Amino acid sequence: MKAVVHTWYMVGRQARNLMREPIWIVLLLVQPMIWLLLYGQLFKRVTNLPGGGFGTTSYIEFLAPAIVIMNAFFGATWSGMAMVSDLDRDVIPRFLATPVSRVSLVVSQIVRSALTALIQGIVILVVSLGLGVRVHAGVIGWGVVLLAAMLMNSAFAGISQGLALLTRKEATMIAIANFIGLPLFFLSSTLIAFRQMPSWMQQAGKFNPVNWGVVASRGVVLPATDWSSVGVHLGLLAGLTVATAAFATWTFRVYQRQL
Amino acid sequence: MDAIIVDGLEKRYKEVQALDGVSFRVAAGEVFGLLGPNGAGKSTTVKVLTTLTTPDAGRAEVAGHDVVSAPNSVRRSIGYVPQSSGVDRDATGRENLMLQGRVQGMSGRKLRERVQHLLEQLGLADAADRVVRGYSGGMKRRLDVGLGLVHGPQVLFLDEPTTGLDPEARAAMWDELAVLAREELLTILLTTHYLEEADVLTHRLAIVSRGRVVVEGTAEELKASMQGEAVVVELSDGEVDDALAVLRALEEVGDVSADGKLLRSRVTDGARAVPPILAALDANGIAVEAVTMHRPSLDDVYLHYTGRDFRSEDEAGGLEEAD
Repeated sequence: MKAVVHTWYMVGRQARNLMREPIWIVLLLVQPMIWLLLYGQLFKRVTNLPGGGFGTTSYIEFLAPAIVIMNAFFGATWSGMAMVSDLDRDVIPRFLATPVSRVSLVVSQIVRSALTALIQGIVILVVSLGLGVRVHAGVIGWGVVLLAAMLMNSAFAGISQGLALLTRKEATMIAIANFIGLPLFFLSSTLIAFRQMPSWMQQAGKFNPVNWGVVASRGVVLPATDWSSVGVHLGLLAGLTVATAAFATWTFRVYQRQL
Repeated sequence: MDAIIVDGLEKRYKEVQALDGVSFRVAAGEVFGLLGPNGAGKSTTVKVLTTLTTPDAGRAEVAGHDVVSAPNSVRRSIGYVPQSSGVDRDATGRENLMLQGRVQGMSGRKLRERVQHLLEQLGLADAADRVVRGYSGGMKRRLDVGLGLVHGPQVLFLDEPTTGLDPEARAAMWDELAVLAREELLTILLTTHYLEEADVLTHRLAIVSRGRVVVEGTAEELKASMQGEAVVVELSDGEVDDALAVLRALEEVGDVSADGKLLRSRVTDGARAVPPILAALDANGIAVEAVTMHRPSLDDVYLHYTGRDFRSEDEAGGLEEAD
């Protein structure tokens, strides 16, 4: 109970601090639009490629649910930066000398990151509607896309928090985020259907968590939803989230032992 | 009653023995100073007492609770002001204090009133709803102290409370702390590497060196324990080694040490020792810029008990970063 209440306080602290940065809010909302419009225009014709595999003739409909996931993924790879800054400024040690729930200090960072992904996901979906995208699975479909986005984000936020606690250096964090970010993005079917990729990439993509999110999210937006596939991929993401949250909590103990 | 009991604490970080049997006691209501250079073990001692880390050996009690077996009871009884400011710089002063109070289990009107009271007491009432980023160093440090005090702790730990402050802000902070110690009926343990700070603020102090307490007492007691006076000779040129040899040969002179162009020596009677010192240096062709004589200071106490000059060890230090 204490852990939940304290997580709520800590999320409140971070949310309030972010709201003080108007530029951040603008970027938060505008960035996903840029992805959506830029990629939407750039690859507009790929649905006509021989071989197909897109499941729709509207590229924007193919793209929009994946952009929600991509955005949640990239957001997560940076989420540890806030932890690095709290560690640098002795905010964490100050809290550790109080009876604050230890778990809340880490989990709140992941929750804050996931809530950001949720808000961005809603904005992307709403704008996509304006661009003619239809979520074929209806209200439940919306729920699935947003859940997939939050799980996607939490899973990688856990890793990012863990790295923040282990390295405590912004430069290292940036390097790692870049190192894993783009390869995982291009090894997924975010921009282009799997059937259009070399076969080794198709195989590798099956083990790529970013792709799990894309498959689940796209599954409910395009017609003829395969619910068992959606369920399996959401389950995989949930499992990964639990594992990385455990990793982040473990790194927090490592950090405490070094104090 | 003792508010803090420290008994034989040991703590090792890889190759560094940070604590090597630290022991001392602090009575309730006392302001106690741990004095020593970086790397002496002051901060590590505070980390053990604030439950941030656990000792390898030894025992410590704060406000009647064991730091290892009852850490949450300790955490409710203490305030901690870390070495570098632990405030959330993107939040306002009031928000910082409110959150700190909440995690200490306070809420509602009682918390709001306590926060307002502290803001006024610390001279932050006007800046209360501004983001901390815009605070001066002194204001930020006062807010740090407020964060330590919000839940009305019995014991307050201040880890180098005035490091990084300009002299004016430092003096203001000293006044502030003296008032707080009286009004809040607090036991305060502060660490410092400013001898002057220990002299002004603390009732009692312990000098820490290499993970141990080397001497303990009031500043006056420690100074009185020193025999004689200090004579400091400033050389014109850098002939330090020659000058050291000359002074060591004189029977009037006790310990001598060099610090740049300064030679510090201990003598029983300054007025009688200075003429032979100057004569001997002159006879060896060593030019002297100035000579000063003074009653023992904590500097001298430190030198005497650790066998090392305070500043030179401080510069060689840096272990504190590792813990």
